[in-house]
Amino acid sequence: MNEVVLILGMFLVTFSVRYVLFAMAGRVRFPPWLSTGLGFVPPVVLTAIIVPAVLIPQGELWLSWRNPWLLAGLFAALVALVRKDLLTTIVAGMLCFMVLRFGLGF
Amino acid sequence: MTVQSCVKGEAKASRWAEFLAGAKATLPLIVGAIPFGIIFGTLAEPSGLSALGALAMSLIVFAGSSQFIALGLMAAGAAVPVIIATTFVVNLRHLLYAANLVPKVRHLPQRWRMLMAFGLTDETFAAVSSRYLGNSDLSHAHWFYLGSMIAMYSNWVLCTALGVGLGELFPDMTQWGLDFAMSVTFIGMVVPYLRNTPMWAAVIVSGTMAMATVGLPHKLGLIVAALCGIATGLSLHMLKQRKTATLEVTL
Repeated sequence: MNEVVLILGMFLVTFSVRYVLFAMAGRVRFPPWLSTGLGFVPPVVLTAIIVPAVLIPQGELWLSWRNPWLLAGLFAALVALVRKDLLTTIVAGMLCFMVLRFGLGF
Repeated sequence: MTVQSCVKGEAKASRWAEFLAGAKATLPLIVGAIPFGIIFGTLAEPSGLSALGALAMSLIVFAGSSQFIALGLMAAGAAVPVIIATTFVVNLRHLLYAANLVPKVRHLPQRWRMLMAFGLTDETFAAVSSRYLGNSDLSHAHWFYLGSMIAMYSNWVLCTALGVGLGELFPDMTQWGLDFAMSVTFIGMVVPYLRNTPMWAAVIVSGTMAMATVGLPHKLGLIVAALCGIATGLSLHMLKQRKTATLEVTL
């Protein structure tokens, strides 16, 4: 019963946020500064998720070259800059992470 | 064959082509989501969400990061209203995604927009954004969107089911460090945006602020960091524009 309420509630808030602007589509017009600003949203939100995830991988700040999350993250960013291909970046980053963490025991 | 039926046939073919292209463009992002779906399914029962509840959540809510946060809160013993409120906050970013897409969907019937809203995830947003950026014909681009969201949705539900099953087989699988898959996927998504100074500045400020506000409750730091990043990027963008404008005036 508790789970039914939880899932329905989560559905309602998630769907409303995603749908409200689509629903009124005809009546909303954004000024140019707002559209430009929104263009920054995806990279900025993703970065705000990534940085704490690699610097605080296990609940504590870990600023060290022995932190495999940080090292593999930097390596993945480098691969992405050079190759510009998402799948290559994911595979290279994951391989680097696995080698550091489980191969070298970082 | 009449001209009309010929045109109809062509439209159908291009819809299908768009649908397939959408699914294909989302594939690399799906690879990154696979470990998530599996880990979510695996973590559900230890966190206090039943196998059926985990499956229903992926089928009905379809929002990866808030589903994860919900599990964390359940494990910590949070009340249902707190979890729902947190989901709302974490999903506010979708409002910004939707605002970005409004000009591309406003001509579509309401039932299409409802369906598209349900499938508005980070991954589908990323995939369709590059589709809408192109200068090619956009008249059937909503089929591209549909292809992307259906590929994403089936994978998410399937991986949740797989995770629920695996969780019962290997209870210690959460130790494998698969959480890095999310970070590496997001890194691969951010880097292509870094083409000018305002974007670099926005991302650096956002990352720094995310660290500074990491102690804020309910993942609110995410919103603060994003807003600071956007403000930085937007200010630099406008400064740049003003400079070009002044140059033109002097010339």
